[in-house]
Amino acid sequence: MSTISDVDHPQEGPGEPVLRLRGISKNFGAVSALADVDLDVHAGEVVALVGDNGAGKSTLVKILAGVHQPSSGTIAFAGEHVLLSDPATALGLGIATVFQDLALCENLDVVANIFLGRELNPARLDEVSMEIRAWTLLNELSARIPSVREPVASLSGGQRQTVAIARSLLTEPKLILLDEPTAALGVAQTAEVLDLIERVRARGLGVIVISHNMEDVRAVADRIVVLRLGRNNGEFGPDVSNQDLVTAITGADENSVSRRANRRGAQQPREVLI
Amino acid sequence: MTDDTQRVSTARLLDRRDERVAHADTIGGMIGAFVDRVRSGDLGSLPVVVGLLIICTAFQSLNPVFLAPDNLVNLLFDCSTVGVISLGIVCILMVGEIDLSVGSVSGFSSALVGVLWVNQDWPVAVAIVTALVLGASIGALYAFLFNRLGMPSFVSTLSGLLAWLGLQLYLLGSSGSINLPYGSPLVNFGQMLVMPPIVSYVLAALAGVVVFATGYRMAVRRRAAGLSASSLGRLLLKGALVVIVLEFIVYYLNLARGVPWMFGLFVGLCVVMNYALKRTKWGRSMSAVGGNREAARRAGINVRRIHASAFMLCSTLAAAGGILAAARLASSSQQAGTGDVNLNAIAAAVIGGTSLFGGRGSAYSALLGIIVIQSIASGLTLLDLSSSLRYMITGAVLAVAVIVDSLARRSRVSHGRA
Repeated sequence: MSTISDVDHPQEGPGEPVLRLRGISKNFGAVSALADVDLDVHAGEVVALVGDNGAGKSTLVKILAGVHQPSSGTIAFAGEHVLLSDPATALGLGIATVFQDLALCENLDVVANIFLGRELNPARLDEVSMEIRAWTLLNELSARIPSVREPVASLSGGQRQTVAIARSLLTEPKLILLDEPTAALGVAQTAEVLDLIERVRARGLGVIVISHNMEDVRAVADRIVVLRLGRNNGEFGPDVSNQDLVTAITGADENSVSRRANRRGAQQPREVLI
Repeated sequence: MTDDTQRVSTARLLDRRDERVAHADTIGGMIGAFVDRVRSGDLGSLPVVVGLLIICTAFQSLNPVFLAPDNLVNLLFDCSTVGVISLGIVCILMVGEIDLSVGSVSGFSSALVGVLWVNQDWPVAVAIVTALVLGASIGALYAFLFNRLGMPSFVSTLSGLLAWLGLQLYLLGSSGSINLPYGSPLVNFGQMLVMPPIVSYVLAALAGVVVFATGYRMAVRRRAAGLSASSLGRLLLKGALVVIVLEFIVYYLNLARGVPWMFGLFVGLCVVMNYALKRTKWGRSMSAVGGNREAARRAGINVRRIHASAFMLCSTLAAAGGILAAARLASSSQQAGTGDVNLNAIAAAVIGGTSLFGGRGSAYSALLGIIVIQSIASGLTLLDLSSSLRYMITGAVLAVAVIVDSLARRSRVSHGRA
């Protein structure tokens, strides 16, 4: 498998990467979900994690979020070896995660969800300050949330996604993990989220985005890391061709994308892509 | 005042920028919003109020003693014992678990107080504290079984039901009951002590003032921060309503003996619990764990500790209820905490509007629910109906309450209010 390293954000970057994974493995019983995975994320860099279903993307995210513990391997965060034993530890270090299922409490309102586990003034909740901060975050994301005092159950899928992202930004994290952030969104909201990712990168945060949508990935990522069957399977720049990506993801040179590309290549030379 | 409101509304409040949302700002709008909420299945305390009206009308027409002040004072004495237990049930239901052993725990603690205080001559305060601590330990045991061994609370507390009942019978021995001395402070508290009229009037007025003052302070802060806030008139109306209703109740009770201190204690516990559930991080975590346990865990909440606190609070309050029941009856007997105590405590919480499915509830549901349950019991006793009929009717009321809860939940889900 060919590895392209002509990335426009240089690997060496400003010193140490924010996150450095080495030899991460995770076994669920007899199933090996991740085997010897390496991953680096620098500050101000968007790394897209792509792979087929079952490639281990979500498992990797859950390890970084502290939900699962790796069976072996080391995690270095901001240059120091860390043990992410539970979600609170990961949050405390500055790793914020937006899960694919969003992990919102539907019975609580938007403010309560954004501040869940990090309420201001625990003995006497400061509802006013929390509400103002919630509105500020939501407005920064140009969110269209009708009311922050309605239970989350009354919001649409896209609105819930926005609430989940707003929540992850609350702690001023160093690294944000987004698991399929655009899967449930409409066209305009997808564009908003991609804008948001760029804004987050501009603030000097490291971002890991998992997505099945190759358009989104290439639009926003500085580096694309492919996982296949729980292993690293290549690393690409954002200008990689769809064909190469699909080849790396599926592991087969022969597939519908490559066939069409070949056919087109035969008819009209160098006019590739969907 | 009006100038101020106008200026703010033209500047578009932080939380009122989205024109798609209807906001009920007028009194008519409030009523409309309330109707909408009820129609979508967010019933709140409406079923209780309707239920109480039906119960009062029915029993009053059958027996005019029912609504007499004397009977109501007795009713409040009886409420407080199971009511305190029910408050614990609200806690455990909030996290979506259940404790079926509260009746047995209350019986065990009443027996323990009897044995330690009367038979062993311990000071009564020490006996009470011991019973409460043991109650908390029982909750800690359930929490251990649940958190570490993964035992469903339904099963662990069901076995607890039998185990603590056995312990209660063992403590009481062959005599079967211990009489608590009449005239002792504990028994007086359970049977006689009422607030002096002036105290009850002041407390009732204070409640309204507190409602107004907290609302006003919140409104001032919100307005200063550029958020929408309730108008002064609305807050005054709310405070005045609270004062009028409470003062009338107090006046009516003072026609007879007055407001029992024991009921005062129960209401006080409800107020504290309501604050803890609504205005603290702990309470927020309780709702979150009951609503979506995994989400709560990922948000960094220590779910095990929240569960442990719910189990322990529930058992402690059950023990407290048992002590109050012993005081009320001036005895610790084998019957204490058996029969319908368990069911009444759970039914009261559910009737009052705490969901069996977790994540929704209020401390006041224990207060409202137990008044409904106790009214039924009192009315049926006045009609001289046997306990067989009483059990059947109470059982039916619980079934209806749970059906209303389930239907309302289904409606909430389809209206996006889960």
